[in-house]
Amino acid sequence: MTTLTIDGQKVQVEQGATILQAALKAKIHIPTLCYLSEVQAIGACRVCLVEVEGNRALQAACVFPATEGIVVITNNERVRKARKFSVEMLISNHPMDCLTCARNLNCELQKIAEELGVREVRFPGEKSKGGIDELSPSIRRDQGKCILCRRCVTVCQNIQTVTALFAQGRGFETKVGPAYDESINDIACTNCGQCSLVCPVGAITEKSSIDDVWDALSDPSKFVVVQDAPAVRAALGEEFGYPPGTLVTGKMLAAVRKLGFDRVFDTNFTADLTIIEEGNELIKRIKEGGTLPLITSCSPGWIKFIEHFYPDLLPHLSTCKSPQQMLGALAKTYYAEKEGINPKDMVVVSVMPCTAKKFECDRPEMTDSGYKDVDYVLTTRELARMIKQAGIEFNKLEDGEYDAPMGEYTGAATLFGATGGVMEAALRTAYEVLTGKTLENLDFIGVRGLKGIKEAIVPVEGVGDVKVAVAHGLGNARKLMERLKEGTADYHFIEVMACPGGCVGGGGQPIPVNYEIRQLRAEALYQEDRDMPRRKSHENPAVTRLYEEFLKTPLGEKSHHLLHTKYKARGV
Amino acid sequence: MSDTDTNHECVCAQLSEEELYPRLELIIEEHRNKPHELIMALHKAQNLFGYLPRKVQQMVAEGLKVSLNEIYGVITFYSFFSTVPKGRHSVKVCLGTACYVRGGQQTLEKVGKELGAKVGDTTEDRRYSLDVVRCIGACGLAPAMLVDDDVYGRVKSTKIMEILDQYK
Repeated sequence: MTTLTIDGQKVQVEQGATILQAALKAKIHIPTLCYLSEVQAIGACRVCLVEVEGNRALQAACVFPATEGIVVITNNERVRKARKFSVEMLISNHPMDCLTCARNLNCELQKIAEELGVREVRFPGEKSKGGIDELSPSIRRDQGKCILCRRCVTVCQNIQTVTALFAQGRGFETKVGPAYDESINDIACTNCGQCSLVCPVGAITEKSSIDDVWDALSDPSKFVVVQDAPAVRAALGEEFGYPPGTLVTGKMLAAVRKLGFDRVFDTNFTADLTIIEEGNELIKRIKEGGTLPLITSCSPGWIKFIEHFYPDLLPHLSTCKSPQQMLGALAKTYYAEKEGINPKDMVVVSVMPCTAKKFECDRPEMTDSGYKDVDYVLTTRELARMIKQAGIEFNKLEDGEYDAPMGEYTGAATLFGATGGVMEAALRTAYEVLTGKTLENLDFIGVRGLKGIKEAIVPVEGVGDVKVAVAHGLGNARKLMERLKEGTADYHFIEVMACPGGCVGGGGQPIPVNYEIRQLRAEALYQEDRDMPRRKSHENPAVTRLYEEFLKTPLGEKSHHLLHTKYKARGV
Repeated sequence: MSDTDTNHECVCAQLSEEELYPRLELIIEEHRNKPHELIMALHKAQNLFGYLPRKVQQMVAEGLKVSLNEIYGVITFYSFFSTVPKGRHSVKVCLGTACYVRGGQQTLEKVGKELGAKVGDTTEDRRYSLDVVRCIGACGLAPAMLVDDDVYGRVKSTKIMEILDQYK
């Protein structure tokens, strides 16, 4: 332990802690901007400056080690002026179009300028040239707004191991982006959107589809269907002041109905369906000696990652489309037929915790219904914006409900939103299908939680030990793929989610996201699972009916045509 | 070490770029899968080609397991690296503090005018490349400039053409 003094208060911290961590422990607030807990501490922005006795210059608290006996002052004239000066310098090169910015009222630069009392722009000098990259269907980058904090670079390189973004050039000319100023649409970017979650300003956001969705809703000739992924209901409330981890399913359903959607379906319905299809695929591969381990295919960021970086391993991927795409394909075939709606007039909108889903729905192969299976994807953040635009008082809404038949779901499906959830749902079903016995304890605790790579062995009578692994965050996925290449990953089944924490921490979720918030959102989903009357995908009666009326059999001809897909190798 | 990699002298004038790639392979081999040796590998590659074309960056990226985006970031950060072909002679005008206050900027403008080139450019005949450096440790001789490895101190505008003309 190390003892130091901050503002006259003695603080004891672990060896290796920083002044910032020590101050946090002593409940002394030091403002920060480029620093982001769990992501980076690089002392770049000079906002967390403090005075350390004996040091001539002010020091960045986020990187300065809390050494024995040092005396730190966090609040005096010199410190306040220096912090304010740092922010004024950042602002001098900022477009200041706050009123029309996607991050208006949720911007860290705005917040820090307010906190430090910046009331004038003292340095109206030259501004960086900037440039907007909006070629990607998922991510929009506005370089003029970038404050060069490097959070996106760090998250992309260290956590996702993609390194699609890097600081290019030096000094005033520095820009963050790919080599040769290319669009992220043209390089090995997975569209995971983690950069948009950590961006303190409006420099990286999702590419918005709000206008397209309003247009569809305003068009009387269109039958507009919406589906929402499980992680959305566990996070949307945060946009309306609810604490993280509040499940707002009922209010969300009431809100989307007020927005004017004709039918409200649940991606959970096709999550249950995915378990049936993917579960059968797994059983088939085990019994017939197919490529193992089987790897999940729900996460479009992960799919693009493996297509870019591990094309040799593509045969391991499940051929199942993601639940979003399955629902779109079924809405425009099964449901359209059933209701006598011309699929040409149907518009399917998804609300997803995800930016990569926007790219996924644009994939040319995702048209098996004869139309674009999913027309538009909104992130959780975009849905919240639409609800606000419509003047809906979210907090006062009476709970709404899903429409039949594709609104019915089990607890297993809702788990898809948290890392390990697909695995847990699959194990519940695979166990019962393989053994013909009822599973007593439904909770597979070993695959839950935020450990980077989780492993479990499930003894299944008649099959032996089923070995599974779960990775979340693409850096962890990469570790597993390297082991697979070396031949040291002898699992039957692997679940991969591109985002840390799984979809609850997805790139389209409310900002901020951190370790604690991911945990709280996941806990909300586990709670919903516990409260559900049915908790196993194969017990979803609407899915059973779908097979009877339409698909006939898992992995059958119709399934093959509508619910399964192919992947392609992409260069790096 | 083979003769190709003992001394990574620029041989770009004698060999075509295509003929240099097998030599680049040898350099990459020395640093294969070692991302932390990126700058060393780029240094050698630039000595070989005289600059770092995109294809070279891509090969280094693949060999060292570093993203092209990072490599380009490193190259554009360090002024020593260049993504455009360099001339036979490098002209570097110092704009360190001492040189700057003693007229380095005017020296630079004059050199640029004489060569018809902007900073970072190479003349059309590929005879000269013009760059700026920040302090070459010759502050006592400010304003200073470098042509290849030769240092010129107390550079006067009137003498610049005379200096440059020596380099054919």
